[in-house]
Amino acid sequence: MISHLEPDGPKPRSLSPARIALYVFLALSAAFFLLPVYVMVATSLKPMAEIRDGNLFAWPQAPTLAAWAKAWGTACTGRVCEGMSPGMVNSFKIAIPGTLFPVILGALNGYALSFWRFRGANWVFTALLVSTFVPIQVFIFPLVRMMTAAGLFGSLPGIILIHTGFTLPLTTLLFRNFYAAVPEEMFSAARVDGGGFWSIFAFVMVPISTPIVIVAVILQFTGAWNDYLFGMIFAGRENQPMTVLLTSIVTSQYGEKEYNVNMAATLLSAAVPLAVYFASGRWFVRGISDGALKG
Amino acid sequence: MTPRLRKLPAVIAMTPTIFFVVVVIGFGLLWTLWTSFTSSKLLPNNDFVGLAQYARLFASDNWQVACVNVALFGVLFIGGCLALGYALAVALDQGIRFEDAFRTIFLMSASLSFVVTGIVWQWLFDPTFGIQAAVRDWGWTSFRFDWLTREETAIFALVGAGIWQATGMGMVIMLAGLRGIDQDIWNATRIDGIPAWRVYIHVIPAMIRPMIATAAVLLSLTAIKIYDLVVVMTGGGPGISTEVPAKYVMDMLFQRNNLGQATAAATIMLLAICLLVGLPWALLRRAK
Repeated sequence: MISHLEPDGPKPRSLSPARIALYVFLALSAAFFLLPVYVMVATSLKPMAEIRDGNLFAWPQAPTLAAWAKAWGTACTGRVCEGMSPGMVNSFKIAIPGTLFPVILGALNGYALSFWRFRGANWVFTALLVSTFVPIQVFIFPLVRMMTAAGLFGSLPGIILIHTGFTLPLTTLLFRNFYAAVPEEMFSAARVDGGGFWSIFAFVMVPISTPIVIVAVILQFTGAWNDYLFGMIFAGRENQPMTVLLTSIVTSQYGEKEYNVNMAATLLSAAVPLAVYFASGRWFVRGISDGALKG
Repeated sequence: MTPRLRKLPAVIAMTPTIFFVVVVIGFGLLWTLWTSFTSSKLLPNNDFVGLAQYARLFASDNWQVACVNVALFGVLFIGGCLALGYALAVALDQGIRFEDAFRTIFLMSASLSFVVTGIVWQWLFDPTFGIQAAVRDWGWTSFRFDWLTREETAIFALVGAGIWQATGMGMVIMLAGLRGIDQDIWNATRIDGIPAWRVYIHVIPAMIRPMIATAAVLLSLTAIKIYDLVVVMTGGGPGISTEVPAKYVMDMLFQRNNLGQATAAATIMLLAICLLVGLPWALLRRAK
């Protein structure tokens, strides 16, 4: 016979009023962040008649992908009616190199600044810090001049170069802060073993850099994909990214605005960063917790 | 090898960056600064006019409105993002159910561009089809949500949209700070009988100050440079009620062909960032 029972597992938490208030706050906040996205999806699936007569928050009676097809293939930006499809390719062509170059160079810079304190390293670091603060507007005209002189204005290499240059300070800072927390002994040991600049980078630093690489790649990729200003000025007609096409589709309609097409086009341009975020957001949060953005 | 030669690869690796900093940043800064003292219009010239461009700039209605707007936007946007972000971070740190799902939802809009954000919120604020129409349709017929169509309120619509986009990032940074707090603090305050909410208001913010500072710096840089959101959502209107400095520079560059005004305005933006963001940040770093 059992004389007494020991409770097994954690004590069930009773729902106190404070706890209920907490969940109400969380639910309201979730609604604030989710509702605009829900409205976008719902609107993109409605025909215009239903948008005119129905309620904004109502789910479409007969969801249709017609607006999506138009947004993707035939919506007009000025005189050209090719929809968002050319922009998707362009955005990838800009955002992928626009991620790889600054991340690789930023890692190298951060490593060089943290462990190889060459003469003038502090000066370079200060200059990089300052340049993260300078508003882009200061550079636009001289940049247009320089890019034109170099024959790169309005070309794909040109816009990639611009993205790389202007995000380098940020990636350098991210990696420098990360490597600053790496114990100096690790570097000294590799030096004693005969490692040089490149071999220590490749075999010691790169393997331990995964958390910061993930943070940097996500920040860079969504940043390059979401950029509007550089794409509008420097990409040229052939390379317009999705953000630029999207604004021209939304602003260039005459007569009644096709809100369903606008919303579908908006979702199309948001799809890739959203997918990146859903696929890797968990590691992003972990990377930030590991100190990517300290100091 | 001499020590200096051994460090040569580091210098070589950094050459592209050094080149960029010196040539693009350095040259661009000096060029802009110099041009702001000339009478340049469509094309740059070297006709020195002293501070005439700055005098014209500060006499311009558009620029005055732009400065007031960016200050108002900045204070409300940064304050709103930090306050809501901190509240959300604290809420997520209470050992709640579905923590991952909530965090994912709160951070989702941070991956969207200001162009996307602007289009969505313009749609929600649309008086004939948006939230106003929907709520009236449900029976509250005097409900008003027409901020974008009125000069006095349009800037607040921009603030709301900005907070929607940027809060998640601030939240994640501050959450990282909360996760790093020593458990002893909680034990100590519990023994002293201090309620948790008072600890969160009076004790914790001071402990995670570096994270709050990082978030504040990132948000203030966004606020001072705000451009895409305004262009998409209001185009500076109604009237000139939502003009901002970055848009003033762009308009002067590409529509009004007035280089002198554009560079003078850009220089003032730079000064403002140095004084309002750079200086406090540098002092904070030194204090550490």
